Amino acid sequence: MSLAELQNMFLNPDLLERYGPRFIDGLLVTGKLVAISFTLGALLGLLIALGRLSSNRFLRSFTGAYVYFFRGSPLLAQLFLLYYGLGSFKGFWQDVGLWWFFRDAWFCTLLAFTLNTAAYQAEILRGSILSVAQGQREACKALNLSRWTAFRKIILPQSLLVAIGPLGNELILMIKASAIASLVTIYDLMGVTKMAFSRSFDFQVYLWAAVLYLLIVEVVRRSLKLIEGRLGRHLQ
Amino acid sequence: MLAQPAYVHPVSPVTDTRKVVVDIAGLNKYYSAFHVLKGIDLKVREGERIVLCGPSGSGKSTLIRCINRLEIAEQGRILINDTDLSLPTREASKVRSEIGMVFQHFNLFPHMSVIDNCILAPMSVRGLSRKKAIELAQHFLTKVGIASQADKYPSQLSGGQQQRVAIARALCMEPKIMLFDEPTSALDPEMVSEVLDVMVNLAGSGMTMLCVTHEMGFARQVAERVLFLDGGMVIEDSPPEEFFNAPKSPRAKAFLAQIVH
Ligand SMILES: Nc1ncnc2c1ncn2[C@@H]1O[C@H](COP(=O)(O)OP(=O)(O)OP(=O)(O)O)[C@@H](O)[C@H]1O
Ligand SMILES: [Mg+2]
Repeated sequence: MSLAELQNMFLNPDLLERYGPRFIDGLLVTGKLVAISFTLGALLGLLIALGRLSSNRFLRSFTGAYVYFFRGSPLLAQLFLLYYGLGSFKGFWQDVGLWWFFRDAWFCTLLAFTLNTAAYQAEILRGSILSVAQGQREACKALNLSRWTAFRKIILPQSLLVAIGPLGNELILMIKASAIASLVTIYDLMGVTKMAFSRSFDFQVYLWAAVLYLLIVEVVRRSLKLIEGRLGRHLQ
Repeated sequence: MLAQPAYVHPVSPVTDTRKVVVDIAGLNKYYSAFHVLKGIDLKVREGERIVLCGPSGSGKSTLIRCINRLEIAEQGRILINDTDLSLPTREASKVRSEIGMVFQHFNLFPHMSVIDNCILAPMSVRGLSRKKAIELAQHFLTKVGIASQADKYPSQLSGGQQQRVAIARALCMEPKIMLFDEPTSALDPEMVSEVLDVMVNLAGSGMTMLCVTHEMGFARQVAERVLFLDGGMVIEDSPPEEFFNAPKSPRAKAFLAQIVH
């Protein structure tokens, strides 16, 4: 096999010229989707984690049920439930002025991803908050720090150091799971790949997709290493 | 060795006119069904130095933790400077921040440098400016002999150094009362004295101190009163010479015999 043949098989210049820009767009869509939903999910997840740890019984059982539901059912089902299920109450959403939201596949996907990852992140954060030594809380109390200051300055930074690894895993799982978005007409990386394949019938576009996903994951992995090193300065 | 401070001689509880700063009456504390503190009455006067000792599980930690409300007693009252800390008043909060505590395991904040450990509460609780807080921290870090390590993280220090930082951190709140819960028992033997020296100095400065410790040398040198706890009760409360030379209860005798060797 000549070099040109090999190149044609894996990185066909014609194909690349035709679909390359689309792939870049898809990559950006995937990145945006994951970045937004993961960030919103982190905020929501933190609130849910605090709810799970709260002394209020109602808050505890409500957040417990939330986590139970979103971890216990497939993301795909959740996305369809939101987009097709809730989307079928057009009249109602129009009445409450939210139709623009539930009509839109992009918003529904963002919402589904956010709600889903929030449940996983909540469990990670809850565990990491619990892992902070009891003595730290006692020291905060003995210094008469407010509960908020104690949480923000002492408990959270220490628990993030424990959480960063599992949160990174969750982010990586999320990047891969985001391919599901292509099932509700989103042209994310997987969406453009499917489109390119349906037009060219050349399997190599799936290889491109795999490599690009790998690339994102690798970038994320390295960034996490950096963050971990920074958070863990005091451990050196 | 640090210079020996001059001490007030123990005075009779009856003629002592110093202000009562800790006033505990009828204190009972339960862990579910387990009765830990059984009707503790205790008065501590300003500048008084008290050593609490007793067998493991006798309730020493629980008692001093009740004073700064790390534990909440079910019955009885504790007044600090005539203030009931269970009330949600400004005064209660202020008085509470004037009680410093030093723990067996230091409980320094591992992700913060020594100086940041020391300035956090003064800035956030007392509202000091960063500059003022740093000055204050440097003052106390110098006092405990550790000013040169201010930018290190706790994990980069020895146990003795960490405990001295913990003492400095508590002092940065300029407390009126200091509580110590076995401050030297997690330390390697060669580091015990550097921490005790700091405590001896602190006692010399007139600080009101309640120390749970089994360092009997320290108790002899510094304490005005030694309290012996057993089974959740104070069963002996006497000046150190009396406690060590002529303990009244057989329990205390047995206890002393045990820790002497
Ligand atoms: N959070 C808790 N829940 C249940 N029981 C507890 C708790 N904390 C302490 N206890 C029990 O209360 C008793 C008194 O405990 P405390 O820590 O005050 O003893 P201590 O005199 O300080 O002992 P040591 O010398 O071992 O530190 C012990 O029997 C202990 O097991
Ligand atoms: Mg104890």
